[in-house]
Amino acid sequence: MEQKNNTLLFYTLLYFVFLYLPVLFLPLFSFNDSNFMSFPLSGFTTEHYEEMWKSTNLHKALWASVKVGVVASVVSTTIALFAAKAFARYKFRGENISYGAIMMPFLIPEIILAVSILVIWLSLGFKLGLVPVTLGHILFCTPFAMLILIARIEGFDFSLEEASRDLGENAWGTFYRVSLPLYLPGIIASLLLSFIISFDEFILAFFLTGSDATLPMYMWGQMRFIQKLPHVLALGAVIIVFTTLIVLLAFWLRNLGQGKDKADFGIKIHE
Amino acid sequence: MNNSFIQINQISKHFGNVKAVDNVSFEIQEGEFFSLLGPSGCGKTTLLRLLAGFEYPTSGNLLLDGSDITALPPDKRPTNMVFQNYAIFPHINVEKNIQFGLRKLGLTNEEIRERVNDVLSLVKLEGYEERFSSQLSGGQRQRVALARALVRQPKVLLLDEPLGALDKKLRDEMQLELRTLQKNIGITFVFVTHDQQEAISMSDRVAVMSEGKIQQLSTPNELYKNPHNIFVSDFIGETNFLKAETKSKDGEHINVSIEKLGEFKIKNSLNISENSSDVICSIRPETMMIDKEKSDWDICLEGKIKQTSYLGEITKFYIETKEIEKIITVSSQYFDNQSFKNNDCFISINLDDISLLNKK
Amino acid sequence: MLQAVQKFYAKSESVRAYTMLSPALILIILLMLIPMILMLSFSFFTQISFVEIDYTFTIQRYIDFFQKNLLVTLLIKSVKISFLVTLVTLLTAYPVCYYIAFYVKKNKMLWLVMLTLPFWTSYLLRVFSWKIILGTKGVINSSLITAGLLSEPLTFLMYSETAVIITLTHAYAAFALLPLYVSLEKIDFSLIEAGRDLGLSRLEVFWKITFPLSMPGVIGAILIIFIPTVGDYVTPALLGGTDGRMLSNMIQAYFGKINNIPLGAASATIMLFTVAVVTMVVSYTTKKLTQRIS
Repeated sequence: MEQKNNTLLFYTLLYFVFLYLPVLFLPLFSFNDSNFMSFPLSGFTTEHYEEMWKSTNLHKALWASVKVGVVASVVSTTIALFAAKAFARYKFRGENISYGAIMMPFLIPEIILAVSILVIWLSLGFKLGLVPVTLGHILFCTPFAMLILIARIEGFDFSLEEASRDLGENAWGTFYRVSLPLYLPGIIASLLLSFIISFDEFILAFFLTGSDATLPMYMWGQMRFIQKLPHVLALGAVIIVFTTLIVLLAFWLRNLGQGKDKADFGIKIHE
Repeated sequence: MNNSFIQINQISKHFGNVKAVDNVSFEIQEGEFFSLLGPSGCGKTTLLRLLAGFEYPTSGNLLLDGSDITALPPDKRPTNMVFQNYAIFPHINVEKNIQFGLRKLGLTNEEIRERVNDVLSLVKLEGYEERFSSQLSGGQRQRVALARALVRQPKVLLLDEPLGALDKKLRDEMQLELRTLQKNIGITFVFVTHDQQEAISMSDRVAVMSEGKIQQLSTPNELYKNPHNIFVSDFIGETNFLKAETKSKDGEHINVSIEKLGEFKIKNSLNISENSSDVICSIRPETMMIDKEKSDWDICLEGKIKQTSYLGEITKFYIETKEIEKIITVSSQYFDNQSFKNNDCFISINLDDISLLNKK
Repeated sequence: MLQAVQKFYAKSESVRAYTMLSPALILIILLMLIPMILMLSFSFFTQISFVEIDYTFTIQRYIDFFQKNLLVTLLIKSVKISFLVTLVTLLTAYPVCYYIAFYVKKNKMLWLVMLTLPFWTSYLLRVFSWKIILGTKGVINSSLITAGLLSEPLTFLMYSETAVIITLTHAYAAFALLPLYVSLEKIDFSLIEAGRDLGLSRLEVFWKITFPLSMPGVIGAILIIFIPTVGDYVTPALLGGTDGRMLSNMIQAYFGKINNIPLGAASATIMLFTVAVVTMVVSYTTKKLTQRIS
């Protein structure tokens, strides 16, 4: 380990400012008593929050986003759990190709995923709305969920599952009594992070929502009107606080689990 | 006593091109402490996992107490396993770990409590019920794993190198304890190990495995005294190999010419054919005698000590002779190298201690 | 029958693995592979009227693409902007990861979580916050004018390539930070000490040991930043103006207002092709580079 390097430390702290400062302007101006986001600040107000909350369209959009987010996170985490288990557990032919294929949505520009789904959806004669958005989000969240779950399952001692089978539990009993409780921190982290990705996702929603706006779509619509901008700020501030809390919770859960891993599965002996 | 309690019939297990277990057949008796011994990758663990039901054989079948268990999943087999790393469930305490396998046996709460208490006292873990795996030492985990398997009262207990993770002193203690436990409860043990000393000291019978095949299956004493082939002879204990050639048979004996030592009449217990150069002789280091003076043993050679290593209870001498190409190892309790002038010595061999083996 | 199925399962790990993978693979096939193939085929059709499409095969849309100066210019600009964003993001993030990997002793995970935390907040809002900063009446301009350093707002800040590059650098920081940190963290520190011990200077140690060993992270970061930024829509739409517009904005227009789905599909296909070429070039050259180093 190197000793000390104050130049690098200073640079790193500066980088943190670069990362955080822009995001912090949203809450700052959301309490500013002005329609313009400029200095000097004119006065403190919570009026923007009250105004924002009055919009029924916001309520609709929020509800739409929550619905899409819950379905997308549950479905993608479930699909990803099986896939992660297969990759962590088995060696098989075509492993790399399958892994690459499942990671693809993560590696293709999102706009291409969006227009592809748009084309097939319209060709099939379906109406745009929350259903194709949800499907798109499931596609987009699955690679993320799988990465999180693989990290969790990879250190897993599979002899625990064998021990359970050996002690008379069948496959489902084993999943319920051994695997699930031990994967749980990872599963919850995956659910939370997938939900956040879906909740904040813009491009897929932009192409596929039709008239049922999700929350980012609602904000996008509001951003065009200068007099509505303070509402966007207020809403944005709330969303930032909310997502930050959820993400911190997810990270905490993930690390909590991993700390325990080290204590319990530390001894691994090979023949 | 059932002499064919477990029947392993022509079992093979291939992983791709690797023949982990290659057409193996043998039987294990009821109440026996049976060991599968071999170097890593010899197929012993795969064989144990086949018995447990974690692997499905490529061909062949398994019988336990007369019924075919080949296709039974692990949870339907009357076997239980002690895992190499113990596999103690980290999210539940010791008591719950031990109760884990009792759920489906249809026992009353009273019976469950009784069984758990019995097994806890059997493995001397009373008072540890509330602990978690992370709060236990290696030896204690091993006992939990043992208790968890035994509480189900299996017909066969499978043990996969259960002592490998323990330090030497604890390992010696546990060897004795496991052996006593097995004799007391009378359950058949199938024990996998790569440690030949462990297998020899604990088992009723040992199957030595290499490259997916059983090389020899016999009592520990037989294994040491009468190895069937060069692999077993080399793997069990230490030995010296001498070049040899068989000549004519003479009843139960055979005439063998050994290196430049001459021709000797040696017991032919493996019934090796006449006039073969595909044979080798093995002599254990401790069967030879090293001395300052000549002896009247069957063979006595003059040699020079090249190197000695003092090992506490014995000393090993590495000796060069004119008649034998390789350096010979002799172990002795009596001498230290100070006793020999100019490192000159004599080594003596009894013909009874030479075993004749096929090279393959 | 059941036993036969059980036997089949017990025998093959591949069968078990693919059973577990099947939901994910079906998802990819139904929602990515087939839609993309369909989009590809649409790029060979012709839009006749607002609702009607002629389904006879033609490569005219690709000819259209390369005949429209605007589209080619936007493609080149998209690649250029992405390239610059990738470069700037890597250069700015590398020292930070280096510091955390080699100087931070306690709570490394906390540092890392703190670094990636902004990434999880809404992308749209992060881009929007740059609008607040760079806008004509935004934070920078208003501060400078209030301080008396400026009389007129700086107009080049907003609606420009620069604005797009700054914003994207901020938006994709986590994509550089994570792979770089992971590859630096993996380096055995005794290798660096050995380098110093053998008489190399700090700088030499960095160029000959640390940097080559961190290459996997660098490659990962390049791909993971370049690919999504080529197709970025939000940033140029909000901050780019006409100067900062990228190919995605035109693709969106073809699928939206302009309603020329075949041309949009052809543009998307060309974008995908560009991404694939870049991916291959990056992978190939870095492979060659690492071979030369080792």
